[in-house]
Amino acid sequence: MEKMPKWADVALIPLINLAIAFALSALVIWAIGEDPWKAVKMMVSGALGSTYGWGYTLYYATNFLFTGLAVAVAFQASLFNIGGEGQAVLGGLGVALVCLFIPFPHWSVALVFALAGGALFGALWALIPAWLQARRGSHIVITTIMFNFIAASLLNYILVNLLRPAGSMDPASGPFPETTNLPTFHDMLAPLGIAFSKSAPVNISLIIGLVLAVAVYFLLWRTRLGYEIRAFGKSQDASTYAGISVTRITIVAMMISGAIAGMMSINNTMGESERLILNSVEGAGFIGIAVALMGRNHPFGVALAALLFGFLYQGGGELALWTKIPRELITVIQALVILFTGALDNMVRDPLERAFIRRAKRRKQQQQQQPEQGAAG
Amino acid sequence: MDYISILQIFDSAVRLATPLLLACLAGLFSERAGIFDIGLEGKILVSAMFAASIATFTGSVWLGMLAGLMGSLAFSAMHGLASITFRGNQLISGVALNFLASGITVLIAEAWFGLGGRTPGLSGAERFLPIELPFAESLSGVPVLGPLYKELISGHTLLVYVALLMVPVSWFVLYRTRFGLRLRAVGENPAAVDTAGISVVRLRYASMVIAGILCGLAGVYLSTGLGAGFGKEMSAGRGYIALAALIFAKWRPWYALGATMLFGLLEAVANRYQNIDLGGFIVPVQFMQALPYILTVIILAGFVGKAIPPRAGGQPYVKER
Repeated sequence: MEKMPKWADVALIPLINLAIAFALSALVIWAIGEDPWKAVKMMVSGALGSTYGWGYTLYYATNFLFTGLAVAVAFQASLFNIGGEGQAVLGGLGVALVCLFIPFPHWSVALVFALAGGALFGALWALIPAWLQARRGSHIVITTIMFNFIAASLLNYILVNLLRPAGSMDPASGPFPETTNLPTFHDMLAPLGIAFSKSAPVNISLIIGLVLAVAVYFLLWRTRLGYEIRAFGKSQDASTYAGISVTRITIVAMMISGAIAGMMSINNTMGESERLILNSVEGAGFIGIAVALMGRNHPFGVALAALLFGFLYQGGGELALWTKIPRELITVIQALVILFTGALDNMVRDPLERAFIRRAKRRKQQQQQQPEQGAAG
Repeated sequence: MDYISILQIFDSAVRLATPLLLACLAGLFSERAGIFDIGLEGKILVSAMFAASIATFTGSVWLGMLAGLMGSLAFSAMHGLASITFRGNQLISGVALNFLASGITVLIAEAWFGLGGRTPGLSGAERFLPIELPFAESLSGVPVLGPLYKELISGHTLLVYVALLMVPVSWFVLYRTRFGLRLRAVGENPAAVDTAGISVVRLRYASMVIAGILCGLAGVYLSTGLGAGFGKEMSAGRGYIALAALIFAKWRPWYALGATMLFGLLEAVANRYQNIDLGGFIVPVQFMQALPYILTVIILAGFVGKAIPPRAGGQPYVKER
């Protein structure tokens, strides 16, 4: 055997990486004079101790599920989409325009159109960097970063000059009509007799996100396009030789990625704020990078990682409320997760791989010796 | 618009361009050695925080500067570890370091000062103060040149002049020394450098150190020269603009001066005028803010001259076995 067993690759290494990242985060908490153990307990009780806590944890997890899937699809094509943030910002604009200007009879119709609007705007915002990468050779990492900034300025302009209701000082659109308000878990679970916190923002978008995760799985591993995307990601030269068009895959993969990031806005814009605000994405596009890396670019892993980050986000918010640990702790944890699962992966992988290979060789030798002994006896 | 206000805009452009220039040169050394450095932003931020904090504690801007440089170098070392030693993805490492900086600076500043992630305001010897060049006052009566000398050339802090000096120094190091030749070679064809018996790893780490110092100076300038203290996210995307300027400058020192001055000027104009009226057509302030990024995308697209990055950029070097 020349490789590690699969379980070590998909489970053991990410867990070790995560453990290192958490250990360092604990060290940071300790260094700023707080008790890491108490902080963990507070995070758990704040994020998972009540339906209110769960409601926020799952709400954040929904955001990260969408952006994580978006980054993962691009990663599968070996494209690093840092632009999830900007694509989600534009997706929010798409959702808002649909909700504000089309009169809907019922939220379910509105949801379908809002998904389409968000996906369209997100995909178009990803199209330009994708096209530039495919046809002009501009580096997609740089262009998507630039497009994040441009998206922020564009939204600022549109909110301040075009969508802001007359007489309002707030750079935000007016509230969406009530027929577009999505059912929250409280609304959905009450008929079943389950009490769920009324003020928690988690809503039907979570279910849409989970369906989307399954769809992404089918797309990547059960369709021709998915095969082409993954082949392109593994080796550009080989896939070109096999007749896969570089331009087409780059553009299609990035547009799917942008569409998924854009669809996130049904959760935060349509589901939570119920109007378009300036900073509605709140860095979820960037957390998607950590989520995708943590989840090994697989929808199932992404869903688990999204839940973990939802927990961290809500728990971190509780910490900021009750202790002197600022909210930025989450950014530090997020950074350490990206660093250890993404960039410093080889630090854990190389020694572990060597150890596995050594063990496999030793076992092989033993097996060879035993029959000989049997023959001699 | 009169002469003096034009001079004032240029004066402010020079000040705003200085951190961009230092960070851009940092990126230049790093990328010329074949290491993408998305993490400029994070290094600026970390350096700014440590410089302001230590200057507050000790009352000395020089000790602050030292601390800022150490912070930036520590981040450079992490980037080197990830992208040189462990052959990880340089882009992911840079992104991670940016987030790390954005979080940890607030955590530390809050733990030390409890001001919501700010440091206390700096004054006197805790800051780099403007230097009046000789005869600035007495020559100010000379028409045209007098105000130019007084407003634009004189009256900047030390680090502005250092940054400007770094342009010819970088040019000299890169194009007129053996070290510079090797550094550029390692970014184009590391295998050839390795074959010549020169350590690729050592050269790339050297470039990380240089980038760390230059980026550190950018951060120090931000919190102790341009501003008076550290504030949350005070780098405000300057690391990314520097990256943009680097592409704009086609990875060359003198072009870097031009590119960063242009971006500094854009920022200065956007700061001074909220909305610019071009004969009936009003340019919104948001457009001015987005202009550096838009320009970079246009440059990247190759519509205005082609920017060709160092060939081995972004790839970890694996020695043949």
